[in-house]
Amino acid sequence: MSDTPKGSRKTGQDFESTLSSSDTKVAAFERKHRGVMDTIQHVLHLNPTLVPVMVLVASVLIFSLPMVTEGKFLTMFNLSLVMQQVSIIGILAAAQSLIILTAGIDLSVGALMIFSAVVMGLTGVNLGMPSFVALILGFVVAIGGGLVNGLFVTRVKLPPFIVTLGTWYIFLSILRLLTGSQSIRSQDLDAEAPFLKIFGSFISLGSARITFGVILMILVFAVLWYMLNKTAWGRHVYAIGDDKEAAELAGIKTDRMLLTVYMMAGLVVGIAAWASIGRVGSISPNAFAEANLQSITAVVIGGISLFGGRGSILGPLFGALIVGVFESGLRLAGLDVQWQVFAIGWLIILAVAIDQWIRKVSA
Amino acid sequence: MPRLSGAGPPADCTHFWEETNVTNTFTKAALLGMTAAGLVGMAGGAQAASHSISACLITKTDTNPFFVKMKEGAEAKAEELGIELNSYAGKIDGDVETQIAAVESCIAAGAKGILITPSDGPSLTPIITQAREAGALVIALDTPFEPADVADATFATDNFKAGELIGEWAAASLENPEEAKIAMLDLNASEVSVDYLRNNGFLQGFGIDIKDPTDIGDEDDPRIVGNDVTNGNEEGGRTAMENLMQVDSSINVVYTINEPAAAGAYEALRSFGMEDQALIVSVDGGCPGVQNVKEGVIGATSMQFPLLMASLGVEAIAKFAEDGTKPENSEGLDFTNTGVELVTDNPVDGIPSITSDEALEKCWG
Repeated sequence: MSDTPKGSRKTGQDFESTLSSSDTKVAAFERKHRGVMDTIQHVLHLNPTLVPVMVLVASVLIFSLPMVTEGKFLTMFNLSLVMQQVSIIGILAAAQSLIILTAGIDLSVGALMIFSAVVMGLTGVNLGMPSFVALILGFVVAIGGGLVNGLFVTRVKLPPFIVTLGTWYIFLSILRLLTGSQSIRSQDLDAEAPFLKIFGSFISLGSARITFGVILMILVFAVLWYMLNKTAWGRHVYAIGDDKEAAELAGIKTDRMLLTVYMMAGLVVGIAAWASIGRVGSISPNAFAEANLQSITAVVIGGISLFGGRGSILGPLFGALIVGVFESGLRLAGLDVQWQVFAIGWLIILAVAIDQWIRKVSA
Repeated sequence: MPRLSGAGPPADCTHFWEETNVTNTFTKAALLGMTAAGLVGMAGGAQAASHSISACLITKTDTNPFFVKMKEGAEAKAEELGIELNSYAGKIDGDVETQIAAVESCIAAGAKGILITPSDGPSLTPIITQAREAGALVIALDTPFEPADVADATFATDNFKAGELIGEWAAASLENPEEAKIAMLDLNASEVSVDYLRNNGFLQGFGIDIKDPTDIGDEDDPRIVGNDVTNGNEEGGRTAMENLMQVDSSINVVYTINEPAAAGAYEALRSFGMEDQALIVSVDGGCPGVQNVKEGVIGATSMQFPLLMASLGVEAIAKFAEDGTKPENSEGLDFTNTGVELVTDNPVDGIPSITSDEALEKCWG
């Protein structure tokens, strides 16, 4: 034990009398003079969401310039529309973040979401079950899907990439067999199970339209932020992602924890499934074909490290919004669809390059 | 697969069997059991052929209702003519490897004819040429090869004509087509043939100069508000429509690549409270799409006939096996047109159409 003597004890020994003239400051790191880049690097390291927030603000400003979009971008209505358009990928990105924070990856989120939505629709519309039963069954599928992923990862010790690559195909094939690739129509949902579409309803604030789905997305992020930052469960998620063996040695039951993370991700996927019915209006087994990759894109642009254990859950929310703003802005600027894809490709590479640069600060 | 046989502890995962926890072992056994059951299920598909004439049907997928209907038509006709039909399908649209493997199997089995909806024409061309050299009659269904004469014949919808019909109908239904504001909801960024044929067919039918007939979006008519892609589903249709409404909110004509995209576009308009402002037209003739015509969601759609494509194909193979004659193309086309019919409950003079009730009798899926 190394308690710092503060000169309060009197030992009576002569050679300690010089202590009174010594430095009484508490041990501290040397504050070396930093250059501008160093300071930026340091600030970014402490605030991982700062980069996505700045990119978001900058892109909104650029697309708002009259010569870029002729004022069509910066309207309350369009901004609220962008929020609606990213809401589903945003919620999926929250689920994806949980897995990525544990240094895993989930390729099956999109397929599981549609699987869950299809089950809600088939039971609620085609079988005529009450909406709440349909919802429960949909959530059972979503959480069950997460559980299956988690069991293969923790019990059979397969890498998450492989497990979810497999379940991606499996979920897709099951949902196509269930539906015969046929959509469940919006009009049939209205007639049989309108409650499933609740997240498509909206409240108007001026000309802005805030759908319940958008509010839900923000709630999901708020709750997960609280869980990850203020509960033991959340700190364990970070601990496992940072160093699984150290977490194990520190007494965390890592396999059991991982299982709960995968089930939690499944629950969030179920929420996305419900929200997607409101957003799209109908239930299409062919929609959201790239949702798994889009969710990973939002997570990466949001500054969560693919190596696990680092990044804020709020990052992917901004990541999803950045993608939405770019898509809307480039389209309103009259550019070909391919330029959106091109821009998002660069955003991903840029985001990870910045992440690598920031990581060096702690080295 | 030593792990599945349960014959003994494989060297690479001994820790796996050393666990003593009963629940854990049970979970593992259950997981492995599920996997094993899945594999056994997959192995059940193989069958042997014994009829004198054998033929193959290779579709893009076997879940899309369009191809399900096609398979029904082929099977019924094969049964009638005493032909042994083997069906294959890719896993997803674009899964060309599985289709190539299927053609190889058909050649090996000595098939007299192959009916195929090519997922990717250029990639399939070499193996199709091999099949023809081996003496099989190859017929492309629904999707032509490029060029079409890679196959012996093509039985398909005239997609340009399908587009033209809904274009003419839209122009005739508007009070003032000169003032139209048109949204074009296309398939995807690859601009495949079905995409540009329907898109440009519609524009020509509407009376717009299409410039390059194989290019989408090169038109400069001010009535076109813009093009966006939908991936042929509701989600894409809705987002694309929302985007084009941001460009110009007075859109009153919406062309869509297929009926799911049309349903999505309608949802977008409905969320804006503008569903009565625009005419939506589409192509396909799937039953949910026809139902949407009946309910006024879609103004008109061009119906195609997958069942007919397949049954005509099987007949052609039977004839070829009998006396070696090959099918001939429709006049003025490089394929055999299996027909397209306009479905609408608001018919206009001079454009033949059927009602949604009549169409519900013929729809696929």
